[in-house]
Amino acid sequence: MTAHTMMNTAQMEAIAARHPHLLTGSTSKRIRSILIFAGIGLYMIYSWWFFSIGQVLVNANWGIAGTYLADWVSYEVRPDIKIATDGTMQVVYPRYSPLGPDAKPEWVKIETKMVDRTIDVPAVTQQAAPKKSSSFSFMAPNSAVGGSADTGARTETRTEEVVSRATVNFNSATSIAVADGKVAATHGGETLLIDLEHSNGVTPEGALPEWATQKRPGEKITLAFGMTGWADVDKEKISIHNRFPGWANFIFDTNSPFFNKSFGEVISLVTSGDRIDPSRSNLSLAWNNILYNSEWQHLDVWTKLLQTIVMAFVGTLFASIIAFPLCFLAARNITRNGMLNQVTKRFFDFLRSVDMLIWALFFTRAFGPGPLAGMSAIFFTDTGTLGKLYAEALENIDDKQREGVKSVGAAPLAVQRFGVLPQVLPVFASQALYFWESNTRSATIIGAVGAGGIGLKLWEAMRTNSDWENVCYMVILILIVVFIFDSASNFLRSRLMGQKTH
Amino acid sequence: MATSALSTTLSDNGAVVERHWQELNLRRRTYTFLGLALLAVALSGSLWFANATNAGKFFDRLPYFFDFVGDLVPRDGAEIGRAMFDLPSPYDDGSLKYNYPEGRMYLTDSIYVPEYFYKMLETLNIAIFSTIFGMFFGFILCFFAARNLMPNPWVRGLARRVMEILRAFPEVVIAGFFLAILSLGPIPAMIAVSIHTVGALGKLFFEVVENADMKPDEGLRAAGGNWFERVWFGIVPQVLPNFMSYFLLRLEINVRASTIIGAVGGGGIGEPLRLSISQGHEAKTLAIIILLFSTIIAVDQFSAWLRRRLVGDQAFQLAQ
Repeated sequence: MTAHTMMNTAQMEAIAARHPHLLTGSTSKRIRSILIFAGIGLYMIYSWWFFSIGQVLVNANWGIAGTYLADWVSYEVRPDIKIATDGTMQVVYPRYSPLGPDAKPEWVKIETKMVDRTIDVPAVTQQAAPKKSSSFSFMAPNSAVGGSADTGARTETRTEEVVSRATVNFNSATSIAVADGKVAATHGGETLLIDLEHSNGVTPEGALPEWATQKRPGEKITLAFGMTGWADVDKEKISIHNRFPGWANFIFDTNSPFFNKSFGEVISLVTSGDRIDPSRSNLSLAWNNILYNSEWQHLDVWTKLLQTIVMAFVGTLFASIIAFPLCFLAARNITRNGMLNQVTKRFFDFLRSVDMLIWALFFTRAFGPGPLAGMSAIFFTDTGTLGKLYAEALENIDDKQREGVKSVGAAPLAVQRFGVLPQVLPVFASQALYFWESNTRSATIIGAVGAGGIGLKLWEAMRTNSDWENVCYMVILILIVVFIFDSASNFLRSRLMGQKTH
Repeated sequence: MATSALSTTLSDNGAVVERHWQELNLRRRTYTFLGLALLAVALSGSLWFANATNAGKFFDRLPYFFDFVGDLVPRDGAEIGRAMFDLPSPYDDGSLKYNYPEGRMYLTDSIYVPEYFYKMLETLNIAIFSTIFGMFFGFILCFFAARNLMPNPWVRGLARRVMEILRAFPEVVIAGFFLAILSLGPIPAMIAVSIHTVGALGKLFFEVVENADMKPDEGLRAAGGNWFERVWFGIVPQVLPNFMSYFLLRLEINVRASTIIGAVGGGGIGEPLRLSISQGHEAKTLAIIILLFSTIIAVDQFSAWLRRRLVGDQAFQLAQ
């Protein structure tokens, strides 16, 4: 086996010289592969031109992409420092600030003083009575002090507590301090001083560091601090955007009585505290607050996710139940009627080729938006796909078992039951499971056209471009569901089919 | 029963065997029954839930079930042709329903491509481009994920996790995200389908590679070939037909996927279809459906024919 089959180099070269066609591939083959690659290359260039990809990518707003991505896992708190014409300041939080209505975060340090101010009292018919709330917020000094005023616009001098100095600490190396019409911004060891004047606008003292930009002298200066946030300095308003990692108010929203309480406080309130709402226990109140969290809408998201799961489950189950008897008609070795085979097969092809999208759009019109539409769309499409796969599985069965059962005189139904079914049932179940899992994914997409489920909710959250954290939440839920179903389907299929999966 | 009649003549061992058999049979039947009962409960619960959270209730809406057939009957049969080829309609009253010629894409002053053909071409191009893109990166990734070529479990695990995430990440989200960054158009759909394809094809590819015959690889290793040469000359030639077959299967799926993504995020035939169905333009809807239907059938037939030539009888396989 060894000596005379082994060749030395000289012998091999001699053979190569004698039969060159054996060692070099045929020219047509080589040319074909080159042609295929050239064709693909040309096609890609054509597509690049057809969709003008280069131009779109250049014109894209990549700067905002970073912000959107950061929004997935972090949130911004946006206080404004407003500077009135007389130089007094006010720190204002937006109405739906994640810090809630009475925000006094530690990273904003405020020094106040009492001053006499002359202000215009707006013409109001009836001034709201000062709030009873004992926790008077000095961040809205205009609202309460001064007592009740009567109607008519006029000028009034009052003594007020105003902000004289505000310091915003983004982190240990970054801060902005505002006092007496001057802003001092520190970032990365550099300090930028900015003068704010009503006549001249915004003027930096000295050269702008890398992280500050100003389009024209006098206009606003934008300070970019990277991931910790950014700020716009204008002569009347300094907008702070301080970014924090994590999701804001994920459990309780700002309207909840449990808002801003530590885990221990909530537990003690729930277990032993007095009833906040006399009509129900604190536990049910807390649970209700969580479910109806206005920012995260947990109950709605979970309902929609369940709809998606249900759509895939019922759609696939019905499809396999209907495809099961039909595939016996379609398989030419079971039903020996060419006409019937062809009709059933073309029917399957029709269901499959009318896209799931078309079915989804039609059923949305029939049943209205919701899971019934998505369920029916999956049902129709997958009856076609599963029927085709089942018929092919039937046509590939081993005929010996059928003959065996037939030879002992079994009735036709018994032949199918004992001669055919045991062979194909694991394959059928495995394919149905596979489609169940894969439909969980497709149900997300057809949901977005109105066929129910989490797809539409995802799409709505994305359209506003401001709820990326909700998108992230839903994506994580979807990924968890897909992974669970993937493993469950894989596990069941490997139990059914033995070692052979996929 | 026959078994009980025979049991009198069984030996002790035989009786034990029979008792075990009956126990097993009972247990199997119990499990089957329990499984079916569980399925029935899950199914009825699901149906109730779906009906309760749907906008219209099933039995209320059932009489309107075939309304959509009414949405498909145009004013006269020729309207379908006019809508498909952007010919002027005799019923034109200036409304969106009959404004077929407005969609023409003029190539020169007199030659034009009808709107829906152009949109269909766009969808087809989205599908082909993203399948080629996905094939390219799936091809590169799969060799790092295959057990027989990548002994390092960290690299292998990383490659597999990357593919899993690319595959499971909802396409709608990718499309929506890029829609926010890029302007409206087919490119967000393209990116979404491409990313999904990389993950899906990569998974199928590495399973093919793991089942490859390792003898050519051993030969190349013995001759001192490096990793790249072993992959390129030892593995690629034998897996290429299967790769091509999966590529074609994926193309079929991607034609459908890009239609759906187009309906949500603009680009391709999906959007005009969604609009014309929701606005009740029968002729336009029917024209698009016929176009889409025949394209899908053509792509499926072409791909089935090519796959049969490439890999023979095992051509029809499941693909994700």
